[in-house]
Amino acid sequence: MRRVTWFNTTSLTLGFTFLYLPMLILIVYSFNRSELVTVWAGFSTKWYGELIRNEAFLDAAWVTLQVAVVSSTVATVLGTMAALTMVRAGRFWGRTLFSGMIYAPLVMPEVITGLSLLLLFIGIGLDRGVFTIILAHTTFSMCYVSVVVSSRLATFDRSLEEAAFDLGCSPGEAFRLVTLPIIAPAVISGWLLAFTLSLDDLVIASFTAGPSATTLPIKIWSSIRLGVSPEINALSTILIAIVATGVVTASLITKRASLRLQAEERAAEQQA
Amino acid sequence: MTQTVFEPWNDPDATPLIQFQGVTKRFGDFTAIDDQTLDIYEREFFALLGPSGCGKTTMMRMLAGFEAPTEGRILLDGQDIAPIPPNKRAVNMMFQSYALFPHLSVWENIAFGLKRDRMEKSAITERVDRMLKLTRLEKFARRKPHQISGGQRQRVALARSLAKAPKLLLLDEPLGALDAKLRQDTQFELMDIQEKTGTTFVIVTHDQEEAMTVASRVAVMDHGKIVQADTPDRIYEHPSSVYVADFIGDVTIIEGTATPREAGYEIAFAEGQPPLYAETDKTFAKGQACHLAIRPEKVSITAEKPRDKRNALQGKILDIAYLGNISTYHVELPGGQVIKAQTANTRRLSRRTFTWEDTVWLSWTDTAAVLLED
Ligand SMILES: Nc1ncnc2c1ncn2[C@@H]1O[C@H](COP(=O)(O)OP(=O)(O)OP(=O)(O)O)[C@@H](O)[C@H]1O
Ligand SMILES: [Mg+2]
Repeated sequence: MRRVTWFNTTSLTLGFTFLYLPMLILIVYSFNRSELVTVWAGFSTKWYGELIRNEAFLDAAWVTLQVAVVSSTVATVLGTMAALTMVRAGRFWGRTLFSGMIYAPLVMPEVITGLSLLLLFIGIGLDRGVFTIILAHTTFSMCYVSVVVSSRLATFDRSLEEAAFDLGCSPGEAFRLVTLPIIAPAVISGWLLAFTLSLDDLVIASFTAGPSATTLPIKIWSSIRLGVSPEINALSTILIAIVATGVVTASLITKRASLRLQAEERAAEQQA
Repeated sequence: MTQTVFEPWNDPDATPLIQFQGVTKRFGDFTAIDDQTLDIYEREFFALLGPSGCGKTTMMRMLAGFEAPTEGRILLDGQDIAPIPPNKRAVNMMFQSYALFPHLSVWENIAFGLKRDRMEKSAITERVDRMLKLTRLEKFARRKPHQISGGQRQRVALARSLAKAPKLLLLDEPLGALDAKLRQDTQFELMDIQEKTGTTFVIVTHDQEEAMTVASRVAVMDHGKIVQADTPDRIYEHPSSVYVADFIGDVTIIEGTATPREAGYEIAFAEGQPPLYAETDKTFAKGQACHLAIRPEKVSITAEKPRDKRNALQGKILDIAYLGNISTYHVELPGGQVIKAQTANTRRLSRRTFTWEDTVWLSWTDTAAVLLED
């Protein structure tokens, strides 16, 4: 039953317009020749050229990438370990408190997280720079990873690990050969989540970044305060392109995998 | 050629492979296994039988090393196994839930244990192929567990646990999902494997016929206790309690009071009915309450009163259960007691002698029934 009514079409159009019109305008104006962002003066790619020659932006991009890759990787390892322990430990005294403490940073206002980290870094005399941003991002994105991984572990059949032990695996081997491959999709999505969170974090980064290192969001934010330049539009367009490519690739991979699964199951049914 | 009978449990010199010594297992304040002592001998095919939740899987898990006894010890080959982790025990277990690795193919699942032993590649291939053939899974070797049927999964789990040819193999309901024919073939296959490899099997089953077919001894469990552990024929013919008699096979239980008479006892069970007579090794006091357990196949059903049997009762046929090769008649005595009698259907159904509402005589010999304490 598919009915294309006047109402459906309108709501669809309105919805999509609302979602994507701002981005569309931004993309269009990134190809504007004029210095003035809101006045169209013909097509040009000159702002992209400017961008490549802008050392400050390139540095910020490099810092952002480093921070995102390192912090999301460390957060994934730590978050997975926390999830494993919480799910495995069974009941012990203060368990609720502990799991609550793992999830608390999720709801903590970012300003507070940022401020407390700043105070900590000043307190222990750590110079603010790439390293402190990495530490800060690891701390807050770890909770997200741990939430994603524990929800997968909750449905993980413990007897699989027992079977691995039974067949001669040491605990390490059992984790590497059985547990990890099975929870891998959750670990990967945890990593992706941590990566994106780190990529677009402005608040915590601005507290923990120092004069020696600035991330892209901070850079964009501070340049905008001096007025929107077409260069920022170009930069944002590139970011949109990267994110869109990532999302499309990920969904294509999932779709392919599920199609293959269906095909295999159909083949199995026919043979059985 | 002399065939020595295999019954190490009757040999005082035999050393058991497994010894449960006063083993208790508690989960919180729930007692799953209650102070059990049990010996299992090498090359045995030991079956655990009992209702759901009676503790069969728990017994297995303690042997495999996934649960530690709360009290008591378990010895394997005379050694306390408590400090040995599951991966160091020469024990393999087939899980009730199969526990197949979902990310590995059938072939890799079966090879998993062999690879952990650092076995040579060619030897692994050979072994896995043999297991696949044994369980008739050759066609499915490359499939993942989610791409095969329930019965096929069960066979993969079985093949995986058999592959390492362990000293002790624990099978938790290994054949439940197989159809009757395949189940029977696999039962014989298991017995054959055991004959060839000398592996000791502990098997959990819900199917008494299976326990009877494959087991050297059967343990009937109830609420964390082994009620009786004995050979299948002893369990069937000489149950030690009403619970065992009732659990294994079909049986009629008649309650009454015993009075010593000649070599046995007379059992008065209902007003207006003649007392029944049964011989037994047990002793009962005069007037002691007792239960008489009688298997349906030991009860003859006739139109006339038989002259040669002391136990003869008249009743009306209430119900007939036709099972193809045999029929079970439910006969109601005037007092309301129902007794089951079984006959082989040597004739076609249309020529059956008795039908509903017929009045018939039931009779059995002096030694047919088992007299049990309350
Ligand atoms: N980890 C556990 N925590 C608490 N109770 C448990 C645990 N494992 C088993 N039990 C309890 O112990 C009892 C025995 O369980 P077990 O799994 O041994 O039963 P079973 O005889 O194998 O039953 P089934 O035939 O249904 O498989 C059950 O009442 C069960 O609820
Ligand atoms: Mg069980």
